[in-house]
Amino acid sequence: MSVRPKAHTLGPKPPFWRDRAKRALLFQVLLIAAVAAFLLYIIGNTQDNLAARGITTGFGFLDRTAGFGIGQSLIEYSSQSTYGRTFVVGLLNTLLVSALGVIAATIIGFIVGIARLSPNWLIARLASGYIEIFRNIPLLLQIFFWYFAVLRAMPAARDSYSLGEVIFLNVRGLYLPEPLFESGFGLIPLTFVVAIVASIALVIWNKRRHEATGKRLPAGWISLALILGLPMLVLVATGVPVTWDVPELRGFNFRGGITIIPEFLALWLALSIYTASFIAEIVRSGIQAIPHGQTEAAQALSLPQKLVLRLVVVPQALRVIIPPLTSQYLNLIKNSSLATAIGYPDLVSVFAGTTLNQTGQAIEVISMTMAVYLIISLLVSMFMNWFNARVALVER
Amino acid sequence: MTVQHKMIEARPAPGNTVGPIAWLRINLFSGPVNTVFTLLGLYLLYVLLTPTIQWAFINADWVGTSRDDCSREGACWVFVNARLTQFIYGLYPRTELWRVNIVFATFAVLIAWLAIPRLPLKRWVALATLVAFPVFAFFLLYGGYFGLRVVETHRWGGLMLTLILAVVGMVAALPIGILLALGRRSQMPIVKSFCVVFIEFWRGVPLITILFMASVMLPLFLPTGVSVDRLVRALIGITLFQSAYMAEVIRGGLQAIPRGQEEAAAALGMGYWMRMGLIVLPQALKMMIPGIVNTFISLFKDTTLVMIIGLFDLLGIVQAALSDSRWLGFALEGYVFAAFMFWIFCFSMSRYSQYLERKLHTGHKR
Repeated sequence: MSVRPKAHTLGPKPPFWRDRAKRALLFQVLLIAAVAAFLLYIIGNTQDNLAARGITTGFGFLDRTAGFGIGQSLIEYSSQSTYGRTFVVGLLNTLLVSALGVIAATIIGFIVGIARLSPNWLIARLASGYIEIFRNIPLLLQIFFWYFAVLRAMPAARDSYSLGEVIFLNVRGLYLPEPLFESGFGLIPLTFVVAIVASIALVIWNKRRHEATGKRLPAGWISLALILGLPMLVLVATGVPVTWDVPELRGFNFRGGITIIPEFLALWLALSIYTASFIAEIVRSGIQAIPHGQTEAAQALSLPQKLVLRLVVVPQALRVIIPPLTSQYLNLIKNSSLATAIGYPDLVSVFAGTTLNQTGQAIEVISMTMAVYLIISLLVSMFMNWFNARVALVER
Repeated sequence: MTVQHKMIEARPAPGNTVGPIAWLRINLFSGPVNTVFTLLGLYLLYVLLTPTIQWAFINADWVGTSRDDCSREGACWVFVNARLTQFIYGLYPRTELWRVNIVFATFAVLIAWLAIPRLPLKRWVALATLVAFPVFAFFLLYGGYFGLRVVETHRWGGLMLTLILAVVGMVAALPIGILLALGRRSQMPIVKSFCVVFIEFWRGVPLITILFMASVMLPLFLPTGVSVDRLVRALIGITLFQSAYMAEVIRGGLQAIPRGQEEAAAALGMGYWMRMGLIVLPQALKMMIPGIVNTFISLFKDTTLVMIIGLFDLLGIVQAALSDSRWLGFALEGYVFAAFMFWIFCFSMSRYSQYLERKLHTGHKR
């Protein structure tokens, strides 16, 4: 900024609206006043409307008995439970389908994204066909397709499709055998943890040794062998203390095993397939964003192709891939709210749907639902900021 | 020793380096792994495509009036055919369809004008599309003036409603988005934090909760006795949601304009709105078009959510038609038709946006 000339050299003092600082102050005061007036107006109207309808505000309704059942719940729940518990059941169901969706979408997305860059013409075409088809069809339509046109069209329990007489698929859902753990099984998760700790230690030691001496062990393979092999060994040594509860057709339905409801399957499939098409594009553009010179320079150092990928391309590509990837994960979590259209008991369906209809507490219910999603997005964006700060390029 | 005095005729390249055979060798069978992948891909294509083509074309029934005309061996397009008017216009009175057609045609002409680079007067056409066209379309569709019959919004539906929701949401969100984006870059702390909170709030919650909010909470916010049309409530929700996303796209475009542009404008004595309106925004908006088209595609797909609050957009009306007792069991046909319609729109828009990106993004080719 230049030196401001003294006021008396310019004649009379300019009016206050020519002063930028005063104008900014005035503008902000006006904004606050407008927002406050708007809020007061809304709150006043809402109070009148609630009084007219005889609805009492407050979160007291959370302790009342819900009186409706929920098709799938990860915790103990019955129609005698409270609305508060309904909220928790819905939230857990949302998190369950989101977590499984994120895993499946990542796997499919990375495979398709890499296939899209394959030198094989046919494979690249197939991958781009997948991407173009699934990302240009609305998610809700895909959910309906899987639910109404595929899973609801499955045969009845008597004519179920079966895989080796242990896994069954029919109109009521997917039936899987359930492992029943006997005493002595506790050792296996324990050895699993031990194996993971050991492999982390091995990787760190191997890295130090590599930096000091230039020699390295194939730590990845050894870790894999440890993590898979050690628990297996213990399993065999303790005489396989697991029995499988295989679902069995009794009367008109299957008994035993784990039942996965078709609503969950449809939502999970649609979410994973839809989000995977976006992830595939992110992966492709992330890999393509690495300048070709990087690969060529690594090859000029005569690094083998495997190391070129692992040490040069992938770490740089991940820096480009991870921020849009997390925002896709966030989209997936938000999109899981479409569950309400097919009746999968997620947060929006059981809480913003059934609970709202039964209690009429629109403001409390909608605010709680929105707060959950806001907290999730806040946590994810905090992670993103942390990650970006960690991997940001340190330039000269 | 012999000396060749004539030029040797150019020989054709060896057969295995040119032509279709070479192409096959290089692109499909360049090694054992690739050969396996190619064969797997061919098998996959065969498994997926044969039944699909048989179902959708070879065994399908195309003409007829009722379900008895369908053999049920393949797709029954008779169902879609019988319902086509409804899928496109909703429950709009059959005698008034010309009004919708005029709106569709005007819209198509305007969009084509904007999309084809060679045509002149872009700025005026854009202004007409954003300001004059919505007013014109509303009066023509709703009626009540110039002797036109009033058509209540609950009779609007199908593809027409999908387009209305997407276009109105977009047009209304654009100015709000510009203001929010400018506010987010403002030096004034209160304006800035207000914009940040507003944008992050609407971006952080799923559209469906916003639509729920618009349909159950909005009536509570208004004075007792005032009621808002269901379509308008949905439009308010969609606009708020879309303006937050739009603001982020515009902010990205604004960030790409070098600071020097604004400083140069300030040096010429321009005020804030002049600098923004004449120097920064025109340059930024051009760069933003691909981003805006992309958010429009997601909005177009997201309009399907309004069926959850009881409006009959394209998907909603297909879903409603599936529960018609005369046409039970044609879910697949209905969904394939709806998917095809959405796909055509979204795919062509995404191709256009890719074309624009290539046009604007020169010099970084590998």
